[in-house]
Amino acid sequence: MIGKTLKELGAALAARQVSSVELTQLYLDRIARLNPEINAFITVDAEKSLAQAGAADARLAAGDAGPLTGIPIAQKDIFCAQGWRTTCGSKMLDNFVSPYDATVIGKFDAAGAVNLGKTNMDEFAMGSSNETSYFGAVKNPWDVKRVPGGSSGGSAAAVAALMAPAATGTDTGGSIRQPAALCNLTGLKPTYGVVSRWGMIAFASSLDQAGPMARSAEDCALMLNVMAGFDDKDSTSLERATEDYTRDLEKPLAGLKIGLPKEFYGEGCDAGVMTAVQEAIAEYRKLGAETIEVSLPNMQHGVAAYYVIAPAEASSNLSRFDGVRYGYRAADYGDLDDMYRKSRAQGFGAEVKRRILIGTYVLSHGYYDAYYLQAQRIRRLIANDFVEAFKRCDVIMGPTSPCTAFGLGEKSADPVQMYLSDIYTIAVNLAGLPGMSIPCGFAGGLPVGLQLIGDYFAEARLLNAAHRYQQATGWHLRKPGE
Amino acid sequence: MNQWEVVIGIETHAQLSTRSKIFSGASTAFGAAPNTQACAVDLALPGVLPVLNRGAVECAIKFGLAIGAEVAPKSVFARKNYFYPDLPKGYQISQFELPVVVGGNLAIQVGQGDKAYEKSVRLTRAHLEEDAGKSLHEDFHGKSGIDLNRAGTPLLEIVTEPDMASSAEAVAYARALHALVRWIGICDGNMQEGSFRCDANVSVRRPGQPLGTRREIKNLNSFRFLQQAIDYEIQWQINEIEEGRKIQQATVLFDPETGETRVMRTKEDAHDYRYFPDPDLLPLVISRDWVERTRAGMPELPEAKKQRFIADYGLSAYDATTLTASLEVADFYEATVAVAGKAAAKPCANWVMVDLAARLNKDERELADSPVAAAQLGGLVARIADNTISNNIAKKVFEALWNGEGSSADEIIEKQGLKQITDSGAIEKLIDEVLAANAAMVAEFKAGKEKAFNALVGQAMKATKGKANPQQVNELLKQKLS
Repeated sequence: MIGKTLKELGAALAARQVSSVELTQLYLDRIARLNPEINAFITVDAEKSLAQAGAADARLAAGDAGPLTGIPIAQKDIFCAQGWRTTCGSKMLDNFVSPYDATVIGKFDAAGAVNLGKTNMDEFAMGSSNETSYFGAVKNPWDVKRVPGGSSGGSAAAVAALMAPAATGTDTGGSIRQPAALCNLTGLKPTYGVVSRWGMIAFASSLDQAGPMARSAEDCALMLNVMAGFDDKDSTSLERATEDYTRDLEKPLAGLKIGLPKEFYGEGCDAGVMTAVQEAIAEYRKLGAETIEVSLPNMQHGVAAYYVIAPAEASSNLSRFDGVRYGYRAADYGDLDDMYRKSRAQGFGAEVKRRILIGTYVLSHGYYDAYYLQAQRIRRLIANDFVEAFKRCDVIMGPTSPCTAFGLGEKSADPVQMYLSDIYTIAVNLAGLPGMSIPCGFAGGLPVGLQLIGDYFAEARLLNAAHRYQQATGWHLRKPGE
Repeated sequence: MNQWEVVIGIETHAQLSTRSKIFSGASTAFGAAPNTQACAVDLALPGVLPVLNRGAVECAIKFGLAIGAEVAPKSVFARKNYFYPDLPKGYQISQFELPVVVGGNLAIQVGQGDKAYEKSVRLTRAHLEEDAGKSLHEDFHGKSGIDLNRAGTPLLEIVTEPDMASSAEAVAYARALHALVRWIGICDGNMQEGSFRCDANVSVRRPGQPLGTRREIKNLNSFRFLQQAIDYEIQWQINEIEEGRKIQQATVLFDPETGETRVMRTKEDAHDYRYFPDPDLLPLVISRDWVERTRAGMPELPEAKKQRFIADYGLSAYDATTLTASLEVADFYEATVAVAGKAAAKPCANWVMVDLAARLNKDERELADSPVAAAQLGGLVARIADNTISNNIAKKVFEALWNGEGSSADEIIEKQGLKQITDSGAIEKLIDEVLAANAAMVAEFKAGKEKAFNALVGQAMKATKGKANPQQVNELLKQKLS
């Protein structure tokens, strides 16, 4: 059962070849064996998972099963799950047990999926290597001396190491797509507003979006069918008709217009990555797609704008972690201010503090116009670039990450180098567009991701383009150690 | 005082009468046990999101219409960032650059009787925001308690231009605003419970000079304190300047015990609130249609009612203003006139404004629980108007109604035989008896003592137990003595 896709597992469960309890136990055993080295999970609770599996078996027996009923899914530890410790990768929430469910968690519960455990992540989703987690770095199953990417690094490593058939991630500047690329997974960041943010611990509210991480586009479509939908508890959730994201998977690609932004194909990208990407584009042409050059002239300012907007929102979002009502409070303190200072100084890690400082600075009186407002202007320009580009093409393609998985500690001393690993993904969040990363080959033995960017609400089209490519190639089926 | 000009602006926080909070579904009812009306959103648990209460917006629209302001088609919620234990998110959601209500005017009447004058106070803006919780410092030995029941209660912050020139004008404004928000049903006006609290910005200057430095007196929750605090502050500022010191911009608190203001914080330790648009909330868009639907559901406004009272009932501006001080008084008055008849509108006004008000005052009762209902009072005034009883007898009947001695004026007049004697034959007979019994007074009158005439009238009225028509008695006496 280990290594099967969601679709295959669903069929096996439906045919009673395996029960959900058995399947869940298989994965729990594998986690017990592999997690000590990979460190993909922060919290595993076999009792809870197996109880859910038992309930799923009852649903299966009663003929009340959906496509994901009984399938264990790993949940990024950014989602509040009732009764589960929910840490967001931070010492600040080491002791926090959520009294309520995120909408995403509630939807998986309703679908009968089993919560397999909470996956490791960069602290408060701030990082591109999963090295900022209070619970230690996650190792890339393709090479344990390397990072899995971040911030959804635990989810990526869990799926890549076959400790989970699929996982949830969140993507604020590339946090689904980049780890998917570095771990040979398929990951999708939906259009902003498609998946509810209720119960998803906020990093940068205007950019955060949850999505699936799995081993195929088809599995991502099945996951998104569960995750997406309007939620009246999230004011930025979009009220739209329900979609079946699997509906267009098999559509032929003949006539598909692929836009290749010249800014994606210039300097700054490793040669091995570029070669794999070019080969993938050639494959798409073979499948009947046309390619045209497009331009995203303002994309070059994306990283700068992002590192103003995201920290600004984060500095405010993280103010609630003050040691007053829940979470970490320093053991010894004098007055109130001292309690705040010590609790936050001890509870947050270095990268979180750096971003709080940057965010506080750019929102300060006298700097707001020069930084925050200017960044918002750039954001609009970038969104307009995409609007123009999508007048001429259906899907934009390019590399997800400029490099393959880098070594643990290799970039952690240089924040700017680290920030540049999101150079191709950030613009998508700034514009609120859907983006995917799919496996497209290897460079130096390490996975390379191809990024697919769609127009607003074009998830089904992206999944279609990804699925047809995966049918024709098979890079996504490669597993570490094979 | 003439050598100093006083400049006052007022900011009022009116708690809106919605059942649930502005961004959560928790109840706003006052007086519940601490923290029993604080849901996940109010507690600012990780991952929670605000959803705007349309009822609160409706209140803001009503207010905008009531003061002739512009209801902004688009306004924006912003975060005001600061740390305090009763502010769970570490920021307050408020409106900053784009408030929901812009401009407007409020007519006020300052002083009483002949010295009364009218003035129009310009409003700058009114914006929606959430209230904070409460810090309780008294009941916890060496610690502070936090009650978050109030956190998230909707407030409308109403800001004036610096248009008031004395504490009397400030109080008149506060009273008029208090009456208005209750009139349109958006605030219960309960000042003891903090539903309506004022901050006064006070400065003084020599005539013709630029504005002086202001000090803001915070959280005044009674009209008396508002008056006392401003008077104290004016005198304090004048003294400071006259003694050669400069006023420092500051926020001060009024101590009702000492009657003095004391500095809470100065400009130096003012916060940088780092306002920025709340990314969790979309801009508030109010359609023309929504405004018009709200307008259609609004009661007649005080100013319109006042003008109607002047036109329809022939009241003076002063009377009309007094009778439209609250919707309750206005309704009571109109119900009185409805029974007494429009011709008796003026005496009705006097009865409501003078006699009834004095009686209520004596028993420390509110109009709402007046023992004499509007219909009863109207019935009484009708009997004065048709000469069934005199004004003096009417006072007796009123007192009887007050004490529940009968259900209507007619019943009491009948039961107690108070009907005015208008039969001139009967009165003539009585006068003859009085003249016969008071020969000495008659002689005095004839000798030129005018006073003796009044004494004879008194005797005659006494003989009829006050039931004779005084006018008639006067005339008959004159005839007899001439």
